[in-house]
Amino acid sequence: MEKEKILINEETQSETKVEKEAVEEYYEKNHWKITFKRMLKDWRLYLMLLPLVLVFIFWRYLPMYGLTVAFKNFDAGKGIIGSDFVGLAGFQFIIKNATFWRAFRNTFMLSFYGLLFGFPMPIILALLFSEVKNQVYRSVLQVLSYLPKFVSLVVVTTLIQLLCADKTSSSSGGIITQLIVNLGLLKPAVEGGPVAFIRNPDCFRTIYQVSGIWEQAGYGSIVYFAAILSISPTSYEAARMDGANKWAQIKYVTFPGIASTLTIMLILKIGQLFTVGYEKVYLLYTIDTYETADIVSTFVMRYAGMDANGQTSIIAKAIAASADLFNSLIAMFLVIGSNMISRRVSDTSLY
Amino acid sequence: MIKRLDASELIFKIIAYVLLTIFAILCLYPFVYAVSSAISGEEAVNAGRVILLPIDPQFKAFQYTFSLKEFWLCYSNTLFLTLFGTIFSMAVSMLGAYALSKTRLPFGRTLNFLLVFTMWFSAGLFATKLNYDNSREIFHNIGILDDKWLVVIAMGVNAYNIILLRNGFAGVPKEIEEAALVDGANEFQIANKVYFPMSKATIATVALFYGISRWNGYFWAAQVMSDQNQFPLQVYIKNFLTANTNVDSRPTYDGFSVDSLFYCLIVCAIIPIIIIYPFIQKYFAAGVNLGGVKE
Repeated sequence: MEKEKILINEETQSETKVEKEAVEEYYEKNHWKITFKRMLKDWRLYLMLLPLVLVFIFWRYLPMYGLTVAFKNFDAGKGIIGSDFVGLAGFQFIIKNATFWRAFRNTFMLSFYGLLFGFPMPIILALLFSEVKNQVYRSVLQVLSYLPKFVSLVVVTTLIQLLCADKTSSSSGGIITQLIVNLGLLKPAVEGGPVAFIRNPDCFRTIYQVSGIWEQAGYGSIVYFAAILSISPTSYEAARMDGANKWAQIKYVTFPGIASTLTIMLILKIGQLFTVGYEKVYLLYTIDTYETADIVSTFVMRYAGMDANGQTSIIAKAIAASADLFNSLIAMFLVIGSNMISRRVSDTSLY
Repeated sequence: MIKRLDASELIFKIIAYVLLTIFAILCLYPFVYAVSSAISGEEAVNAGRVILLPIDPQFKAFQYTFSLKEFWLCYSNTLFLTLFGTIFSMAVSMLGAYALSKTRLPFGRTLNFLLVFTMWFSAGLFATKLNYDNSREIFHNIGILDDKWLVVIAMGVNAYNIILLRNGFAGVPKEIEEAALVDGANEFQIANKVYFPMSKATIATVALFYGISRWNGYFWAAQVMSDQNQFPLQVYIKNFLTANTNVDSRPTYDGFSVDSLFYCLIVCAIIPIIIIYPFIQKYFAAGVNLGGVKE
């Protein structure tokens, strides 16, 4: 009896095994057929995707093909394919070009200082916001601090140029210039007016970072504020019971509580070290401030004829595209690298 | 339990109130200053006497701005770009994000990757410009001479916003879709009648992101458009400023300073945002928190 049962069992088992294998084999053999059937069943979804796919093909992926002009002497009359091949001439030019390396260094410096000063500010703001217990007053403060983020860069840079102006470009001389001169931080250099503050290369980075904090810090605090709010109040109570003062509470309760958010944001920022907002620099920089303000993107613009102060060269277009490609590749490796680190450190990746 | 503040807590609280109040004032101050300077008298503005409130109020600068034909033309161009641009971006993004949110979709993962890849690697300025120039030529050849349509269609569909929408749609319970399928609804109906109404907050957030970026758009519009009558307001302001940077060579006006004119344009450009801002700011905060992007 027992033996028979086992035999039957074995038989059915082997049968299901065979069946399973058959099914698997069928799936493997007809993989494409089945996929195609599933696609056909969901044709409506693909129809919905179509506009998006077209937009991305035409205006995101087609330009990537256009990057091949880095190896060509682009001629508008001949088109991308027909233009003469010049190989690595563009790259050879930028590798040896001091202006390019200055732009490269400036790009890095602008984002590095942005990280150094711009990264802690939203965290500090969020810490302070969490201290304001009057909800109405706090939301008023928060709403006001987000506001600059939604104003256009043209308006922001125009305001900077007007407020930091000197007597040659604004009748009044700009209120920030006045303030700084009155504080004695800068001496009036030109007779009849304060120094050319906005046109001083030594001041460009400061202007860029301070205005950047003004624009971004309030809005950037939202993420950290949400993280701080999610910390249980009992943790603070416990810390107070143990006699922790405010500083100790921040150090041992708040910071551990927002550590994961902090890590992710820091990694994300490092990944963006080479994606400086070129629009703001383009709107703000002048020939006088190239020394510190010229970044790779603006270097590209000048060779590509996208800036009023164009630079000429027989292979100008190849130079522009080469610098572009160089910048994009570094930016990509930084983003991918920082994402891999993020995945390892916190099990969360941003993309 | 009696809540008694430790001395350090009290000090920190006071510091928080003081610093945040100062920061909020600094965030608002340039805009107040711009309004005051725009409506202050010529002599006060030129002497730099305007600090906070307007001195010797005049409205001639605004009157002059409003009498400029180009100003209204550019303003209406911006309205056009914002309206149609947002509609276009939203239509493309919502439909695409809905399809991408379906995990069962064959090749869905590949398409998602190709979407995210554009956030990692961009073709750069020059190749993008070349592509826009070619597109413009094609548009002209097929009879669309209005470059505004090129800006509407070619610019401003944003991978990040699509991911926000996709994550929003993915958050709707699957059972609802299955129930609707059993009832005989097709995917169009499910998206329109179930998913879109259930993700109103996300959709509003993304629509506002698109709307603001369309209103504020400058760089590519300035690069692509050649006809002055097509320029949006931001390009107009920038060009106006560039043309009048030198104090010695710029024109003078009767009764108001040229600086007031600059501030007038700035005020006109931000007034719509300031007006709708109190009503929409809660969505922006939500948008950031939706941003915990994950593939």
